[in-house]
Amino acid sequence: MRTLREAEIGSTVTVVKIRGEGAIRRHIMDMGITKGCQIYVRKVAPLGDPVEITLRGYELSLRKEYAEMVEID
Amino acid sequence: MSYTIALAGNPNCGKTTLFNALTGASQRVGNWPGVTIDKKTGRIRGTDSQLVDLPGIYSMSPYSPEEMVSRNFIIDEKPDAIINIVDATNLERNLFLTLQLIDMGTPMVVALNMMDEIEKFGDRIDVEGLSKRLGVPVMPISAAKKTGIDELVKKVHEVAGSKIRPIPPKYDGSIESAVAEAEKALEGKVPDENARFYAFKLLEDDPDIAGKFPGLKDSLSAQIEAAEKKFDDSMDSIIADGRYDRISEFVSETVERAPRDEKGTLSDRIDRIVTSRWLGIPIFIAVIALVYMIAMYDGDWGTSPGAYATGWLNDWFGELGENVGAWCEDNGVEPWIQGLLVDGIIGGVGAVLGFLPQMIILFICLVLLEEIGYMARVAFVMDRVFRYFGLSGKSFIPLLVGTGCGIPGVMSTRTIESESDRRITAMTVTFMPCGAKLPVIAMIAGALFGGSALVGVFSYVLGIVAVIISGIVLKKLRKFSGTPAPFIMELPPYHMPQLYSFFKAVFDRVWAFVKKAGTIILLSSILIWFLASYDIGLHMVDIGESMLASIGGAIHAIFMPLGWGDDWEFSVATITGLVAKENLIATMGTLFGLEEISDEGEEIWSILADTLGSAGGMSFLTFNLLCAPCFAAIGAMHRELGTWKSTGFAVAYQCILAYLISVIVYVAVGLICGENTGTLSYVLCIINIAAIAYLLWAKDPFRQLGKDDGEASE
Repeated sequence: MRTLREAEIGSTVTVVKIRGEGAIRRHIMDMGITKGCQIYVRKVAPLGDPVEITLRGYELSLRKEYAEMVEID
Repeated sequence: MSYTIALAGNPNCGKTTLFNALTGASQRVGNWPGVTIDKKTGRIRGTDSQLVDLPGIYSMSPYSPEEMVSRNFIIDEKPDAIINIVDATNLERNLFLTLQLIDMGTPMVVALNMMDEIEKFGDRIDVEGLSKRLGVPVMPISAAKKTGIDELVKKVHEVAGSKIRPIPPKYDGSIESAVAEAEKALEGKVPDENARFYAFKLLEDDPDIAGKFPGLKDSLSAQIEAAEKKFDDSMDSIIADGRYDRISEFVSETVERAPRDEKGTLSDRIDRIVTSRWLGIPIFIAVIALVYMIAMYDGDWGTSPGAYATGWLNDWFGELGENVGAWCEDNGVEPWIQGLLVDGIIGGVGAVLGFLPQMIILFICLVLLEEIGYMARVAFVMDRVFRYFGLSGKSFIPLLVGTGCGIPGVMSTRTIESESDRRITAMTVTFMPCGAKLPVIAMIAGALFGGSALVGVFSYVLGIVAVIISGIVLKKLRKFSGTPAPFIMELPPYHMPQLYSFFKAVFDRVWAFVKKAGTIILLSSILIWFLASYDIGLHMVDIGESMLASIGGAIHAIFMPLGWGDDWEFSVATITGLVAKENLIATMGTLFGLEEISDEGEEIWSILADTLGSAGGMSFLTFNLLCAPCFAAIGAMHRELGTWKSTGFAVAYQCILAYLISVIVYVAVGLICGENTGTLSYVLCIINIAAIAYLLWAKDPFRQLGKDDGEASE
C-alpha cells in the first residue's frame, strides 16, 4: 500500500486508512486526515522534511515519519 | 443574571481577539491547576457574567494538557454556556471540535468568526441552515471588526438562561446503536446531560474515560464488532470518519464558495516564497538576524535600540545607587541601611527593571512574528535540524535570544506548543553564553590564553553541546515524556496583527515577568547582600570575613577536583555570580584585596594565572557558564516551569551537568597544556564521561513512536 510519504509533490491523493495507534494516530484524525479525504501535497520543507499538505481548505505540515502512517490509493 | 461562560475554539481562529473584544480591560490571568497554561478570565462587558478562555484545541481527545484542561472544565465546573468560536474560512476542521462540544450537552452558541473575510472572498454561508443542521444557534461575527458581538452576547445569555441544550446531529445507524447501548451502560454513572459525550469516548476507547469505568466497554463488544465489521475499520476511526463526513455534508449544503484567484490568495503567494526550497533558509536567517540586530546587538557596527535602552537603564540604576550611597554617607545614615538600600534593594530592583527595555523590544519583534504567522513557518523550516536532539524547530529562537540575555530567552519559550519541549528549552536556554558572561570569558581568555578568541568559540560550542546533551537526556525522563509532540502542525494563513491584541500580548508577557520574577530577584539579592555583609555574629564585616566567605570555605572542597585549588575565593565568586554573572569579577577583585577593578578584571589576571592555571581557569569558566544562571533568569524559569519543584530540579540539573562537564574540561585542558590535574580528577573524569555516554545512548523508555514504527514497516 502506498503511503502519503511516497506521494509526489503537486499530486492530489485520497486517504484510505490511518495506521498505528494511540495519540499520534488520534491527532492525525483530529486534524481531518480521515478515510476518503482528498489531500493535495503542496511542498517539502527546505531540508527535505516535513511536508506541507492542503486538506479541507487549510494548510497542514507533518513529518514524513507520520505521513507514513497515512495509507493512500 | 450572572453566568459562567466558557470560550472554546481551535488555535488560530481569532479566539484571543474575541476574548479581548468581549471582556475589555477586566481580565485576570492565572494558571490552570497542575499545568503551565494560562487561564484567562474576564467579565463580559455590560453584564455580570464571567467568561473563561479555554486553551485553543482541535479536539476533545485526552492527549494534550490543553485538551484535558478544557474537557475537565466543561465536565467538572459545568459552565452555564459555551461560546464555540469557529473560523468561517476554515469551516470543516473547526466544526470537528464543534460536534464534540455539542455532545457534551452544555448550552452552546457557535460564533461564526471572520465573516468579513468571507464577504471579501465573495463566499456565502447559509447561517440559518448551518444552525438547523448543527442543532445549536449560530451567530455570524467578526471579532477583528467587532461586528455581531452584541447579538452574540445576547444570544449566549438567552441559551444560558433557558438552559437550551444542543440537539446533536445523528450519525450512521450502527454508530448510533452502539452509542445508545453505551449510554444505557453509563446510566446513573455520569450526569445525564454529558452521557452522549461519555458514550462516544467509551466507544473510542479513550484511556481517561475507559480507565474511570473499567470493564464497561466489554459489555458493548457486540455493538462495536457490528460497526467495525460494517466499516472494516476500528471504532475510533469510524467515529472520526463519521463526524467529518457529516461536516462535509453540512458544508457542501450551506456554503457557496466563490471562484478563487488562480494564483492563490496573497497568503499562498507569500508562503510560496518564504518557505521555498531555496529561499526558505536564507529568509529565516535574515529574519533572525534582523531581530537580533534590533533587540540584542552591541558591537563593532553600533548598538541596537534594545541593547542601548538596557545599557542606559542599567547605568541609571548604577548612578542612582552611587548617589543614594553618597547621600547616606553625607547624612550619617547607618551603614547597614545604606548597604541594604544600595546593594540589596536598588541592586535587586535594577536587576529586574534593567532588562525591561530590551525585553519589550524583543517581545515586540517576537509577538509580531507570531501574530503574522511566521513562527509556525520557523518550526516548519528548522524542524529537520532540531528533531535530532529532541526539540522542536521553535526552540531555535529562545536559544538565540539567550545569547543576548537568558531572561527573555527563557520567556520566549512560550511560543513552543509542546509542554515537554517548552520545559526542556526553558531549562537549557541559559547554557548559552549571555551578555553578562562575556566579561568573564574575556577575563579567562586574557588571564590565561593571551586573549585568544578560541576561548569565546569554546564557550559557544560548550553551550550548544550542553543543549544537545540535555535535549537527548531529559527526553528520557518520565517528567518530560508525558506528552509526545507529534510534528503535525497547522500553518495558519499570514495575516496583519490586530493592534490591540498585539500590544496586549507584549504587555502581558512583560508584566508576567515583572510580577513573578521581580519578587524572587529582590528577595534573593537582599539575601546575598546580607550573607556577604555580615558574619555569624551579625556584625557588619568585609566580604572576606562574612558568612558568605564561611560558606565558600565550607563548600570549596567540592570544587577541588575542578582544579580551583585551596582558594575558597572562587567558590564565593561563583555564589555572587548568582546575582549577576558579571559580579564574579568584582567579587574576586574585592576578595583579592583590590580597591577598584575593571570590567574584564585585568588587575587579577596574574593572580588567576598563578592560582588556577590554564586547566583550572577553563574549568572555572565552564562551571560558571553552565551552572545555575542569575536569579533573574531563575525567576523567569520559575515563571515558565510553574512550580518550585520543577525550578529546583532545573537548577540542580544545570549544576550537576556543569560539574560533570567541568571535570572533563579540567582534565582535557590539563592534558593539552601539560598540567598535572591529579588522580582524583582523572578518576572522576572517566566516571563522568561514562555517565554522560550512558545517558546519551541508553534506550528511551518512553518513545511512543516505537509502536507505530513497527507497524509501518510491516
